[in-house]
Amino acid sequence: MSDSKTPLLDELEKGPWPSFVKEIKKAARTSRKAKDLLGQLELSYKDKKTHWKHGGIVGVRGYGGGIIGRFSDVPEEFPGAAHFHTVRVNQPSGWFYTTDALRQLCDIWDKYGSGLTNMHGSTGDTVFLGAGSDELEDIFTELSKAEWDLGGSGSDVRTPSCCVGPARCEFACYDTLALTYDLTMAYQDELHRPLFPYKWKFKMAGCPNDCVASIARADFSIIGTWRDEIRIDQAAVAEYAEKGLDIQSDAIRRCPTRCMKWDGNTLKINDHQCTRCMHCINVMPKALRPGTDTGAVILIGAKAPIVQGAILSSVLVPFMKIEPPYEELKDLIEKIWEFWDEHGVARERIGELIQRVGLGNFLEAIDIEPSPQMITQPRDNPYIFYEEYYAEEKEGGEA
Amino acid sequence: MATKEEIKARKTDIGPPHYERFLHPIIKENYGQWQYHEILRPGVMMHVSESGAKLYTVRAASPRLISTDFIRAICRLADKYCDGYLRFTSRNNIEFLLKNEANIDPLIADLKAEGTLVGGTGRSISNIVHTQGWVHCHSSATDASGLVKVVMDELANHFTEMDMPHKLRIAVACCLNMCGAVHCSDIALLGVHRTPPRIDHEKLPNLCEIPSTVASCPNAAVRPTFIDGKKSVEVDEDRCMYCGNCYTVCPAMPIADPLNDGVSIWVGGKVSNARSAPMFTKLAIPYLPNNPPRWPEVTEAVKNIVEVYVKNARSYERMGEWIGRVGWPEFFKLTGIKFTKYHIDDFKYAGTTYRRTTQMRGV
Ligand code: HEM
Ligand code: HEM
Ligand code: SF4
Ligand code: SF4
Ligand code: SF4
Ligand code: SF4
Repeated sequence: MSDSKTPLLDELEKGPWPSFVKEIKKAARTSRKAKDLLGQLELSYKDKKTHWKHGGIVGVRGYGGGIIGRFSDVPEEFPGAAHFHTVRVNQPSGWFYTTDALRQLCDIWDKYGSGLTNMHGSTGDTVFLGAGSDELEDIFTELSKAEWDLGGSGSDVRTPSCCVGPARCEFACYDTLALTYDLTMAYQDELHRPLFPYKWKFKMAGCPNDCVASIARADFSIIGTWRDEIRIDQAAVAEYAEKGLDIQSDAIRRCPTRCMKWDGNTLKINDHQCTRCMHCINVMPKALRPGTDTGAVILIGAKAPIVQGAILSSVLVPFMKIEPPYEELKDLIEKIWEFWDEHGVARERIGELIQRVGLGNFLEAIDIEPSPQMITQPRDNPYIFYEEYYAEEKEGGEA
Repeated sequence: MATKEEIKARKTDIGPPHYERFLHPIIKENYGQWQYHEILRPGVMMHVSESGAKLYTVRAASPRLISTDFIRAICRLADKYCDGYLRFTSRNNIEFLLKNEANIDPLIADLKAEGTLVGGTGRSISNIVHTQGWVHCHSSATDASGLVKVVMDELANHFTEMDMPHKLRIAVACCLNMCGAVHCSDIALLGVHRTPPRIDHEKLPNLCEIPSTVASCPNAAVRPTFIDGKKSVEVDEDRCMYCGNCYTVCPAMPIADPLNDGVSIWVGGKVSNARSAPMFTKLAIPYLPNNPPRWPEVTEAVKNIVEVYVKNARSYERMGEWIGRVGWPEFFKLTGIKFTKYHIDDFKYAGTTYRRTTQMRGV
């Protein structure tokens, strides 16, 4: 038998998948914080319960968000984990780095923190795990000197994030990285100083494949699309067929609208029927490409279950051109925020507010014309709240 | 230590560094000009630009919870093979961006020596997106990193090979807050509390502010009350959905319950708009016990679902599309998972999920 102090966690060093326990142990060689995290986690594995409590707001001067407080409930046993806060660092668009930039972050973190990170948190931030309460100002000062800033937390704009987009993906229908950077910069105040009813997430996906899951996770999802024809390279289609792709069963029959035809020589698409789902393009990226009149669908309101149940984003603007300086988009965002500020109650996400007041009323308030693209079907109940009706004409008066 | 002056002089609201500083020159030159890509083998992609330029990407697994040592190690590899450029993906994989095709094999060999795996492209199971769990969250009903590790140990060959009917995306969240979209994954593991918070009426008046504790409950289950003449709160247990928000505000209301906390399993969600519309995950298994360190019941159940999917789904069918085609009775039959009353929705609008046609299979 080994005399290891962490027999349970040691089991998670085995197996082919890279081990987070090994990572904690690496950090624990030089960091007391990481060492005590390991000890406390072993205790959780033994007790089958968490040993963290929240119980305190921590932060840095000037900002309301960016730091998440975390305290151990067994600080006497594990003093290094007593204060173990999260620092959310605003990641670069698309999660691109140079090694110099990463080493700079590592140097700051090794100097003050536990040496443990999440690359990245689910919202997108570069996450430092395990900062002491007394070190927060120092960490932020050093980050700021090195030209890094904190991300969002609490009832604010959460750190926007995007897919790899035009940097490396041929499907990108607009510049996700540029828009992410632009909105992040435009809304620095809203990002750092929580004043909303609840959190607000922006996510930018370059095409309907939605590799950042914006339709499931963002209050405001901007998903690239096009409105002209799919570009077809017939020679490349033939090449796929020659190389053994079963175009009939893998592309034609899987097309949700059955708007494609393949006679063995020529591929035809009835673009008028096409819903731009991406499937055929995914199957034959060398032969098919989105059109050139590109833009995005704007969707609104996704959230996780708490409180009123999970919601997927729904269509708000069926098509919008997405080009700098993005004025139309920002006008829309700000109008929505105004409405949310006025009508939202505490901890009500925009998706819940829209369900409460009705999409129709919401559209009216933000000056968007209703369109059948926003729904899957018209209502099937007769409980219509008519706002306009004829009144009996009064004597000599108006209706 | 930062002095008061330094703190005052600190630049704020500067935002993240501009991403262009971090783009490989090939990417800068061909930005928005990519024409097509090929997956050369699992974990290796080639993107070809209209200019003819080629960029190679090698995708490697990461446990997400990583040390600065690990980051420095991958930086050394990126310096050696990628001119000092790399990125991370939306599922916490690492992508090495190479100009030189000849560097692919040596890079992969070095990555293996570093203890990681290359894969996650195309028809594979990619890295699991997950939350903090016992590593760092107060409301967790299970650990997230540990579950990811044991499940991916079991499924690693589907990360390194592209042998699935289609992409399979797994997510783990450690409580109902679901910090990270488990509600739209092919397979989702969700930590569940099953009992309301326990109130320490001795400590509560000193530790917690009553109005904010009452306000913390999203379901209005927490009410002010008096216990032995002292102010405290009570929980309406019928309204409690075990979310742990009250504990966030009031440490005298712990929700963790080692005997009852555990893991539920959900299937058939997706976020992509390809073919079918995005879908929520639906309940497959309401509860499995927390059995750390390796959660054998959970890994067994996930493996079973994956195997049944691989065997039965058609090419390019995601989990939810396959179940949509064959129907839920068939899913429960093929997987051998027991169907219970918990599978039937009884929250708001539950009736929309009742079958209102005589058309059904598997009777
Ligand atoms: C109201 C209830 C919620 C509470 C009390 C809560 C609390 C937390 C806590 C404590 C963390 C961990 C931070 C850390 O230790 O690093 C966290 C992370 C996070 N939360 Fe929540 N959360 C709640 C709801 C949500 C919801 C509804 C969403 C999504 C719509 C969400 C998204 C996230 C994300 C993306 C993270 C980062 C997770 C990661 O990458 O590990 N949270 N939350
Ligand atoms: C052949 C077509 C596709 C291409 C070229 C493609 C491209 C990409 C790229 C470049 C990434 C990295 C994104 C980033 O981190 O910013 C990615 C990630 C991802 N994509 Fe796609 N995508 C395709 C189809 C799809 C489809 C159809 C789905 C869903 C059904 C999907 C789901 C995802 C997910 C979940 C990720 C995260 C994967 C990871 O990090 O390992 N993609 N994809
Ligand atoms: S969402 Fe579309 S554009 Fe963005 S990385 Fe995925 S496939 Fe490419
Ligand atoms: S994009 Fe989708 S709907 Fe359009 S032709 Fe291709 S498979 Fe059919
Ligand atoms: S899912 Fe729940 S337990 Fe997990 S990090 Fe989010 S709030 Fe914490
Ligand atoms: S666990 Fe959630 S639902 Fe239950 S009392 Fe606490 S806050 Fe309310």
